[in-house]
Amino acid sequence: MTQTALFLTAVRRRIRPSRTLPFLVVGLLLALLLLFFVLPVIWLLLAPSKTAGEVVRDNPLSFGSLHQIGTAWRHLFAFQDGAMLTWLRNSAVYSGGSLILTLAVSVPAGYALALTRFRGRKTLLVITLVTMIMPQATLVLPIFLELNRFHLIGTIWSVILPFSFYPFGVYLVYIYFGSSLPRDLLSAARIDGCTEWQLFSRIALPLAKPVVGLVAFFSFVGNWNNFFLPYLVLPNSEQFPVQVGLNQLLTSTPSFNPVAGAGLNVTIPELALAVIIAILPVLVLFVFSQRTLVSGMLAGASKE
Amino acid sequence: MTLLETERVIVAPSRRGTTPRREGRGRGGAGYFFVAGYALLLLAFGVFPTGYAFYLAFTNDRGQFTGLNQFVKVIQDYRFAPAFTHMLIYLVMWLVTLVVLVVLTAVILRSRVRPGTSALFRFLYYIPGALAGVASVLVWLFMLDPDVSPVSWLLTSMGLKTFAAVLAPGNLPLILMLIAFWTGAGGWMVVMYGALNNIPDEVLEAARMDGAGPWQTAWHIQIPMIRQWITYMTIMAFATGTQLFVEPQLLQTASLGRVSPTWSPNQLAYVYAFQQGDFNGAAAISVVLLAVGLLAAALLVARSNLFTLDEK
Repeated sequence: MTQTALFLTAVRRRIRPSRTLPFLVVGLLLALLLLFFVLPVIWLLLAPSKTAGEVVRDNPLSFGSLHQIGTAWRHLFAFQDGAMLTWLRNSAVYSGGSLILTLAVSVPAGYALALTRFRGRKTLLVITLVTMIMPQATLVLPIFLELNRFHLIGTIWSVILPFSFYPFGVYLVYIYFGSSLPRDLLSAARIDGCTEWQLFSRIALPLAKPVVGLVAFFSFVGNWNNFFLPYLVLPNSEQFPVQVGLNQLLTSTPSFNPVAGAGLNVTIPELALAVIIAILPVLVLFVFSQRTLVSGMLAGASKE
Repeated sequence: MTLLETERVIVAPSRRGTTPRREGRGRGGAGYFFVAGYALLLLAFGVFPTGYAFYLAFTNDRGQFTGLNQFVKVIQDYRFAPAFTHMLIYLVMWLVTLVVLVVLTAVILRSRVRPGTSALFRFLYYIPGALAGVASVLVWLFMLDPDVSPVSWLLTSMGLKTFAAVLAPGNLPLILMLIAFWTGAGGWMVVMYGALNNIPDEVLEAARMDGAGPWQTAWHIQIPMIRQWITYMTIMAFATGTQLFVEPQLLQTASLGRVSPTWSPNQLAYVYAFQQGDFNGAAAISVVLLAVGLLAAALLVARSNLFTLDEK
């Protein structure tokens, strides 16, 4: 451990610090961060229980009434005759459809990159890494033009197909198979007469469960929250996913749009409720996935 | 052993032997079959759009080659310099805050807090990540509105008495940084904590035996050992940072138009394409952004041996 040795010489020249001050600093930092991360969430969960007036006048962290949540709910779903419901359904179709396609495409690809040999394999790997670190938003405009040329604008494919392209997922599967599936095992099975397809479907696929979960999580969350692409390629409100819908909701509230929003019942409690409903699927995933997420992220790392 | 070192290990031995390989009868036919679907998507939504953006950036609307004219045009646009300056200020603030606070917090949670408490903290820090995108901006619009904010006393004490005062254009980088940190930092803290957890106990024990305090252990052992994860986070955060679109767009709406509609480069490209109908100019902006993003990533990758693919 050369690092330890280097470090030791460095340490011997130092004086030991006192114990209480760092403890206070550490506690204060953790507490401030906790407030910063949690306070907005608590506020958001409480806001729909109050009327627009109460949100302004009452203590920001007070609970209003269950009855008021019902009222906010009715106002929200009355907006454009239940547009909220349509948006949620659209989001489910877009994220779900591209999730299936992403998995169907990236698991075999990651497997082949890690465990088979073919000409162009390295090129494919390098392009994957480059597109992974490329700012995705810069490609949205050319993708729009491309979809336009193929007359796909306004169809669900204009969202699902680009969403299904997920180099990071391929990279994760590649790392996973590379570090957890011994090449010898495949060679042995090949000698026993397994076809290439059987190797993949009977040996590799059953082993891939953790990484499939990981790719599914990142892909679903990323696509559910994506805004830029659907905002460009879907012209009609009936086709919006819920993120684009939230944008429309915001721009039609009286508080942010005094002219067009006048007379609408969508105010702060309704907006807060809309946010909660819009992120609920992702929130549920987040609550149950933290542990799997870490073990999966570090799957390649814990080996060896 | 980090993910990226593993990568090097996986790739290196696999190509070492030059002995004839029996796998994949017909020289990798199976490999082609398995990557076909992905390769198609990669061509359609990775390679082609990149090429198309370059093609548009170097031609005009009649398809004639125009050299660097499109770039000259957009760079001379009075909105170009501000948009890139805004992005730069935001990126510096965001990356510095992210790296410092995420690493510091992960180290503290790993070595100064009991495991149960640490797990709870990590979970609570990580939850806002579920509210990425439009949702996070909406939440922060309320947090920053002195009328409804739970911390309105803090805003008022800083002299920000009205929503309009908070949304002054000069405050935007800070606001966007807060939002990005709120949704993104928790997830990275979880990842960094996991990386720290992978450092063998013997290493830390050896340091302790030799008289190192927790801070010295962190600075001289733990942080150097997770360096590649920090680089990886920086690259990813940089890439997301250059994509600012919906956040300033919504703040622009909320400020009732006082914030510029071309605050970020992506917004400027959007205005070029869809309000001026100038796709070539928009593509030129995209290409500049792409070059900046790839250049920064390449610098970090080269300096840190990240994603090493070469075999010895």
